[in-house]
Amino acid sequence: MKRVGVVALNTFREAVRDRVLYNLLFFALVMMAASIIAGQISIGIEQTVIVTLGLSAISLIGLLIAVFIGVGLVSKEMDKRTLYALLAKPVRRWEFLLGKFGGLVLTLAVNTAAMGIGLFLALMYVKSTPEQGDATILVAVYFIWLKLALVVALALLFSCFTTPLLAILFTAGIYIVGLYVQELRNLPMQVMSPGMTAFTKYLSYLMPNFENFNIMSMAAHARPVPGSLIAQNTLYAAVYCSIVLTAAVLVFSRRNLK
Amino acid sequence: MLVAKNKVMSAPAIETENLTKEYPHGFLNLKKRTSLEGLNMQVETGEVFGFIGPNGAGKSTTIKLLMRLIFPTAGSARILGKPISDIEMHRDIGYLPEQPYFYDYLTAAELLDYFARIHDLSAADRKERVQRMLKKVGLETAGKIQLRKYSKGMLQRVGMAQAILHDPKIVILDEPMSGLDPVGRREVRDIILELKHEGKTVMFSTHILSDAEMLCDRVGVIVGGKLRGVGAPEQLVDVKTQGMEILFELAGQSVAPVLAKATRSGDRYRLQVPEAELYGAIEQLRAAGARILSVAPVRATLEELFMNLVEADRAQAAAIEVSGK
Ligand SMILES: Nc1ncnc2c1ncn2[C@@H]1O[C@H](COP(=O)(O)OP(=O)(O)O)[C@@H](O)[C@H]1O
Ligand SMILES: [Mg+2]
Repeated sequence: MKRVGVVALNTFREAVRDRVLYNLLFFALVMMAASIIAGQISIGIEQTVIVTLGLSAISLIGLLIAVFIGVGLVSKEMDKRTLYALLAKPVRRWEFLLGKFGGLVLTLAVNTAAMGIGLFLALMYVKSTPEQGDATILVAVYFIWLKLALVVALALLFSCFTTPLLAILFTAGIYIVGLYVQELRNLPMQVMSPGMTAFTKYLSYLMPNFENFNIMSMAAHARPVPGSLIAQNTLYAAVYCSIVLTAAVLVFSRRNLK
Repeated sequence: MLVAKNKVMSAPAIETENLTKEYPHGFLNLKKRTSLEGLNMQVETGEVFGFIGPNGAGKSTTIKLLMRLIFPTAGSARILGKPISDIEMHRDIGYLPEQPYFYDYLTAAELLDYFARIHDLSAADRKERVQRMLKKVGLETAGKIQLRKYSKGMLQRVGMAQAILHDPKIVILDEPMSGLDPVGRREVRDIILELKHEGKTVMFSTHILSDAEMLCDRVGVIVGGKLRGVGAPEQLVDVKTQGMEILFELAGQSVAPVLAKATRSGDRYRLQVPEAELYGAIEQLRAAGARILSVAPVRATLEELFMNLVEADRAQAAAIEVSGK
């Protein structure tokens, strides 16, 4: 278990040295632009503009990191053969995999938290009268991070049995389907054959539900988040990640390196 | 109880049983290519074992199987008497991969420290060992340079350092001399001999026979995925039947019959004769006025044995191909 931490910290160090955190500068630019735009349009919607732009940027930047680095976590090490020396040491394959996952999720935590705090400060700066519900954006940022952890797990799983390009496509595909799970469930079932109905229903429950992680409108209107939603999303992400990571471990433990 | 203990102690350092690896290939992966066929081999504790064979013979396949980087189609292997799936046993193994590559965003010192952490060594111990290993492989001045700036030979040295960092009982090196200049090869040879003196077991693969002849207590010759012979280098080759070689100088022409068999470059000749005909040949050369430079026994080299095996393997493969059509 200690070895998981050693691998995770090294993965974090790699991300830092590969200048992944430089995206924070880009985010700072987005936030400055958002503040300027918000200042120029009519009173009352600054909050909406800043929160919507800010959260969208946090989510998008995080997704790019989660998918592209997530797919490369293991596949790059197999490709460059950097894990040969490591896996011959007293390291179990699941420890390696979990360490890589943990390292990127840690990177995303640092990255997302920095952006979230930046967004919060920008909001406080623009608003004349802060309200209690403003803290909702911090919860929204936390949910984005949970979502990103799930995306990393999926990227990792796909990269364990297919090419990096396909893994990127699969992960992106599942993410997009996951955004519309609710719509999938509400499809007009009457017009479909019974087989199709059943298929869509099972698919909608198999797919990760990313919709629940999006509380952008709540944050924009400074509405407080019910504690039950926080607990529910946390549990959902933890369980879903565990299942996906278990599958990844099962695949990777049997895999022949080149 | 005592018997059981003795049995464990006398277990070979490395032991494979019918170890086999097939790779699927061709259309829909329907065909199989056998990279390693039923390998039964033992490396004894404390010996330096050379695993020799041409490129593509199955050396790396065997080593990767032992390290569980790939999994066998059939057969099994034991190291230090334990099945290779025993992860704790891997504490006692050092491994240098073929053409090693490491995290290029780390310095050599950082990489070694990372591996030392994986081995759960204490902070003070890590620091001391990392410096000692860097010195041992001649990288003490390059320890703070990122590995992306390292040459192939330097990476090979880092690879050597990480293989022996944790003081393993068994060291398995895949082509440890490749990519090194003569100085580097010499240093690797010294390290291997040092390990031997410390009582470690060393198994290394190579396609360079002189390295194996110089260092190994025993060698195993593998060609085409099959082990063709195991033994001490001098046992594997037959010294007696090879005859003698005479090197001489001769200015001008001569009609001595032995000259027909000699190969000439300038005024110098090289002549190979069976031992029984040596004195006759020397008489003829004296009569012809030649100046003898040296007379030496021709020792069959591992190389010749090796070439014969490779030739035989090619001929066999060709025969199979013909009969298959
Ligand atoms: N991942 C792989 N897929 C298919 N064939 C492989 C793979 N790895 C090795 N081989 C084949 O196995 C044979 C033995 O390779 P290897 O063990 O690397 O030889 P060497 O003795 O040079 O180290 C070669 O014919 C090689 O092409
Ligand atoms: Mg090889």
